[in-house]
Amino acid sequence: MYSASDLKKGLKIQIDGQPWQITEFEFCKPGKGTALYRCRLRNMINGSGMEKTYRPTDRIEKPDLEEREMYYSYNDGHHYVFSDVETYEEMSVDPEVLGKQAYFLLENSLCKFLLFNGEPIEITLPTFIEKEIVETEPGARGDTATNVMKPARIDNGYEIQVPLFINIGDIVKIDTRTGDYAERISKA
Amino acid sequence: MDVRTIALRRGNLERRAALFAAIRDCFNARDFLEVETNVRIPAPVPEEFIESIPADGEFLRASPEIAMKILVAAGYERIYQIGRCFRAGEHGARHREEFTMLEYYAVGMGYRELADFTVGFIREAAERIFGRPELMFREETVDLEAPPEILTVADAYRRYCGMSMEEASRKDIFDELMVTRIEPRLGRGRLTILTDYPAERASLARLKPDDHSVAERWELYLGGLELANAYGELLDPVEQRERFRHATRIRRAAGMLDYPDPDDVYAALETGMPFCSGAALGLDRLAMIFADVVDIGEVRAE
Repeated sequence: MYSASDLKKGLKIQIDGQPWQITEFEFCKPGKGTALYRCRLRNMINGSGMEKTYRPTDRIEKPDLEEREMYYSYNDGHHYVFSDVETYEEMSVDPEVLGKQAYFLLENSLCKFLLFNGEPIEITLPTFIEKEIVETEPGARGDTATNVMKPARIDNGYEIQVPLFINIGDIVKIDTRTGDYAERISKA
Repeated sequence: MDVRTIALRRGNLERRAALFAAIRDCFNARDFLEVETNVRIPAPVPEEFIESIPADGEFLRASPEIAMKILVAAGYERIYQIGRCFRAGEHGARHREEFTMLEYYAVGMGYRELADFTVGFIREAAERIFGRPELMFREETVDLEAPPEILTVADAYRRYCGMSMEEASRKDIFDELMVTRIEPRLGRGRLTILTDYPAERASLARLKPDDHSVAERWELYLGGLELANAYGELLDPVEQRERFRHATRIRRAAGMLDYPDPDDVYAALETGMPFCSGAALGLDRLAMIFADVVDIGEVRAE
């Protein structure tokens, strides 16, 4: 358990069975009044926010959080299967947890897992991956502008906005945090 | 302490020093005697929400009020002190466990008169430092020549919380509402004197002679910041003893530190204290306002 005086920005706490992170923190105290610990919180599972004020006598639960490193192995048709870097223990992950990031999983990608009560709630992929463009309108020759974009697809069907000069067969770098095009690695 | 951080604070520390000098001049010019009393004391005032820091069998003062009252009882009619005070567990953008307090007492002055006096020396300090009776704090001009807003605690709860202060106390949300709904709206554009606190929050203030439900106590606000707390001083030793006993019972139940009885205070009150008022003003906070910074650390050599 944490006591109210342990609270600070960045701390992860548990409220009603859910993990929350303190995103803003303020110690308040009227000179002759009680100390108040005001927190702005972000739910670590669904991202929702709320404000909560604690008093000096409050006790706050610690969430059971664990960080692990896992390699991506394969998709069994329903789940994404990862294996622990040290123990090789396998873990199946529901596509919902990965969301759009599932498009950027490469075999043997090293991913950081944040587990809450043993269940993954956040999976961090390598920041950049390289992928081949398999579908797009032909590139405009000599047009090196990077601010005018057109749609393209990579081999797993993910649609991405790329600059006009990109052609089928080009290898591009993608930022897995945003899913956006970062730069061209090589020409077809 | 970090060399680079401290080096960058030079402007703020110079502003702080100018403010301290201006305040000392104001008090000296009005025949207040500057005094220094012990920082380590045997028996702090038992306060429900303030915890002292133990120091080798004694305590670091949370306020110099006991010693100041004894000086008043001894015949010192106008005194002020600038010194360090300590409060356990108070740390944040507006708090430090160790901070600098300006505490002053004036015999023969009513508590409202002391408010006028306080507003006066803040205006004078601003005139001296900025060349005019106004300052900028958090992108807002504060006019120090305008008469301060005088707001009773009862009116503040009605106006900003839609409930009476009695109801807020009953629901045990008096401090929450004060911090979240009332304080941010005080001292905007001009000073606010929030006055006449409910009797159960009187502390060392006397009750209003014509209305015993409220105490002769005010707090001064500027830019949403609580700056000072003042009392029409309680002079009755019997009532003082009763209030301290009540606070001590609450402190025990809450598992707070055990203090010896502040016998010196009772003795001073029993010698017959003259009618007086006293105030305590957080100088780090006033320096924050004069330096226009939002974090107290910015005006401290720490």
